[in-house]
Amino acid sequence: MLHYFIGNLGHFFVIVSFVSALAATYSYFKATVTDDPVRKEGWNQNGKFSFYVHALAVMGIVITLFLIIKNHYFEYHYAYSHSDKKLPGYYLVSTFWNGQEGSFLLWMFWHAVLGIVIIFTNRFWEAPVMSIFSVVQAFLASMILGVVIPGLELKIGSSPFILLRDAMPDPIFKVQPDFIPQDGVGLNPLLQNYWMVIHPPTLFLGFAATLVPFSFGIAGLWLKRYREWIRPALPWSIFAGAILGLGILMGGYWAYETLNFGGYWNWDPVENAVYVPWLVLIASIHTMITYKNSETALKASFILVIAVFILILYSTFLTRSGVLGDASVHSFTDLGLSGQLLLYLLFFFLVSVVLAVIRWKEIPTSSREVSTYSREFWIFMGATVLCLMGFQVLVPTSFPAWNQFVVALGGESNLAIPGDQVTYFSKFQIWFAIAIGILSAVGQFFWWKKIDRQEIKNQLFVPLILALLLTVVLVNVARVYNVGYALLLFAGLFTTISNAKILYAVVKTNPGLSGGAVAHIGIGLMLVGVLFSSGYSTVVSLNNTGMLISRSLSEEFNRENLLLFVNEPREMAGYEIEYLGERIEPRHKSGYINKSDVEYTDDPYTVIAKKDLEFKGKKLYSAGERFEIYPENTFYEIEFRKNGKVVFVQYPRLQVNPRFGNMASPDINRKVSLDLYTHVSAPMTEEAKEDWSEAEEIKVKRTEQFFANDYVSSIESIERIYEVGGQKIDSSFVAIRASILVRGERQEYIAQPILIIGTQSRGGIIPGIIPELGLKISLMNVHPQTDEITLSVSTRQKDWVVIKALEKPLVNILWIGTLVLMTGFTLAMVRRFREFRLMKAKGLE
Amino acid sequence: MKKTHIFIIIIIAVAVAIIVSSTSEASTYVTFSEAYQLASNGSSKSIHVVGQLKKDHAGRVVGIEPGADKVSFSFMMIDEEGKEQQVFYNQPMPQDFTRSEKVVVIGNYRGENFYAEKILLKCPSKYQETELNARV
Repeated sequence: MLHYFIGNLGHFFVIVSFVSALAATYSYFKATVTDDPVRKEGWNQNGKFSFYVHALAVMGIVITLFLIIKNHYFEYHYAYSHSDKKLPGYYLVSTFWNGQEGSFLLWMFWHAVLGIVIIFTNRFWEAPVMSIFSVVQAFLASMILGVVIPGLELKIGSSPFILLRDAMPDPIFKVQPDFIPQDGVGLNPLLQNYWMVIHPPTLFLGFAATLVPFSFGIAGLWLKRYREWIRPALPWSIFAGAILGLGILMGGYWAYETLNFGGYWNWDPVENAVYVPWLVLIASIHTMITYKNSETALKASFILVIAVFILILYSTFLTRSGVLGDASVHSFTDLGLSGQLLLYLLFFFLVSVVLAVIRWKEIPTSSREVSTYSREFWIFMGATVLCLMGFQVLVPTSFPAWNQFVVALGGESNLAIPGDQVTYFSKFQIWFAIAIGILSAVGQFFWWKKIDRQEIKNQLFVPLILALLLTVVLVNVARVYNVGYALLLFAGLFTTISNAKILYAVVKTNPGLSGGAVAHIGIGLMLVGVLFSSGYSTVVSLNNTGMLISRSLSEEFNRENLLLFVNEPREMAGYEIEYLGERIEPRHKSGYINKSDVEYTDDPYTVIAKKDLEFKGKKLYSAGERFEIYPENTFYEIEFRKNGKVVFVQYPRLQVNPRFGNMASPDINRKVSLDLYTHVSAPMTEEAKEDWSEAEEIKVKRTEQFFANDYVSSIESIERIYEVGGQKIDSSFVAIRASILVRGERQEYIAQPILIIGTQSRGGIIPGIIPELGLKISLMNVHPQTDEITLSVSTRQKDWVVIKALEKPLVNILWIGTLVLMTGFTLAMVRRFREFRLMKAKGLE
Repeated sequence: MKKTHIFIIIIIAVAVAIIVSSTSEASTYVTFSEAYQLASNGSSKSIHVVGQLKKDHAGRVVGIEPGADKVSFSFMMIDEEGKEQQVFYNQPMPQDFTRSEKVVVIGNYRGENFYAEKILLKCPSKYQETELNARV
């Protein structure tokens, strides 16, 4: 039975949200331009009502889509493509933004929420700001409209409520139009990570929040209230800066924990697309604050708040239109919306540019010359550097779009970002970062009082000397023998120390104003953390054995990776390390289980314990118990010892993911000063796992010990069984299973070979394998008369794995810096909201 | 001239410098013949080549040869001008490699062989997927 109703309902909500957004736009527009106060209020009420309807419709879309996913209605394309029945509940939420339609929806959702907050907090600005909000919402709703205009064959938007049979022309739908798949394709296991539950909503809230200052800026131009929009817009800019920054950093943290490129930032076009608007957003916060304090930089504030939103739209266009197709490792699917996205971008670009040009002459400017010793000068310099820093990233990231643009005009352009984008971008960005560090150290002093030449010298002397001294010490201790790096170190320390000094002074007099100093301390710490963790990350898994891992691999690979055999200790990074074998992870309990201790069944998700299973002294499962696992993940247990004592154990992961590619995720041992970051660089190949030696047959007594590949072994039991791999055996067969206990170096293993004898036809032999020891035992024959059995034993290379490990110094400084930065943002936001509320209470909003 | 004007001129100068330096250090999309030409002129810069995997008349991918240890591999690629070239890659074969409809290799010629440092794949998007999952 297909569930048509819920999809139709969802689609109905989409249409309602689109129409109500248009109605709200029109009503609020009329409310803005009408002079008659009674009719103005009428239009305002209309607009408010339409926007509430719109917000309810958006909620309706969200709920219906969620119900489709949650109830596993696989007749819907969205549920089929992004979820499956095995998916745990909390990840069902992530499927939401796995698809493009869902991420547009998330964006709309946040706009709706923020719109309601605006309606409740503003009187004067409500109508103009909300008319801009509503028109943006109408554009976004059109992205998920999924309507084809008849006659023109013009598709508008891509609906998340499309049926599978309409999305995929599988021949089965011709035969059986009501066909519903039993299960979905599932969510990319890489995204099944707690960060991926909170990172996208945070990022999209940041995206959505940039619309608020943009709307206020446009409303300011529109109503010729050139000065008044800054106060209500500023707390929102700071809010957007904090949330967007947090979202970006969460993405970086996810990459650090989950991807194995060894870092938190890869300068991928997708990352750049949010980094650039964030930098410009931060610049806009600075110019807005400057304006509030000194009546300068008003024009710059207009330009920047508009630029931020246009850049957000531009990055949406870049990442979703398929333009980046050849340039990014992230796979983008082109939903055929590139035209619509381009229209969206151009509409807002042209409207804001035209409006700004018309009003440009009227925007008040300060005629005062800016002195080098004024705070305006330093802040303006800082904002400029931030914008140029963003511009440097924007240019190469736009190459693919530029190429297409030039080709469309009949020209020829074939620019590409170099393969090693990290080196390419870092080389430029480091100089901007140095400038930011120094400017924020010096500029902050001008912030607080009018300062003359002598005063600034007095104030700066101590921090400068301290920063220089520390730099000299650290350069020598940590061997920072690179001019750029040493300067960055100095810049980071200088801004940290200067701002700490300011913070000390401010906390004593007026703690409410400490946001700026705290945020800049965070930036300083982040610069130092980035410098050491990225610039001085060293490979510690050096191959000093003199033996190549493989001839056909590059020299670098052979030098920087370690081949570990099970239970054969090696030296690495001052530890004695020992690889203990492959582990799996149970679905419903936490811990790791030895692959050799379970029996696999026909269902890849279910295994049976061969013996009582423990993890860290805690019993997980009893022998014979069935339980569920994550079959796509294998963990490689590596023990780190010092002087014979276990210091820690790492479990780097390898995910076999046929749909999305194999993925090695690191395990990280975190210490205050250093992270040890280990990942699998080559797992044991399937060929090596099947490379068994010629079998050797032995006849053993039931009670006697014997040697299997030099391991002491004994027979625990011989019994008749009625099920093999979870399947009942036909009564014409007799199955006998021997349980053989093998004493390995570290633990006892159980091998359970099975002999199947057919009364009418041939039977079969299922060997018992202990991969960790490279041992395969088959039960060949049973001799009840002599109480003996015949076993056939073959061996192969013990399990191995190739790993790469890196030491990343001071990563923690980076994470601490980000937390400090966020605290600073929060303090600043609280202060500006208070200011806004005070003014509002006075009726000056 | 006012200070503001000088400031604007400096910003424009820096912006132009950024464009020039970013562009001059950029890599380029070229064909195999152009890449070969570049390498024989002594350039060791990495470039991008776009193309497809070589396929037989039945649409099966041909020319993939695993390295001795199965961890590296080489394959035959045909660029947009139709030139065929063996490409060596020092890492395991990316998943979905044979399903890709378009391949971008980033690397350069060393002698007669093309060595890729990085491979980007473009796989058919979900809307072009015409077959359902086998688990029905």
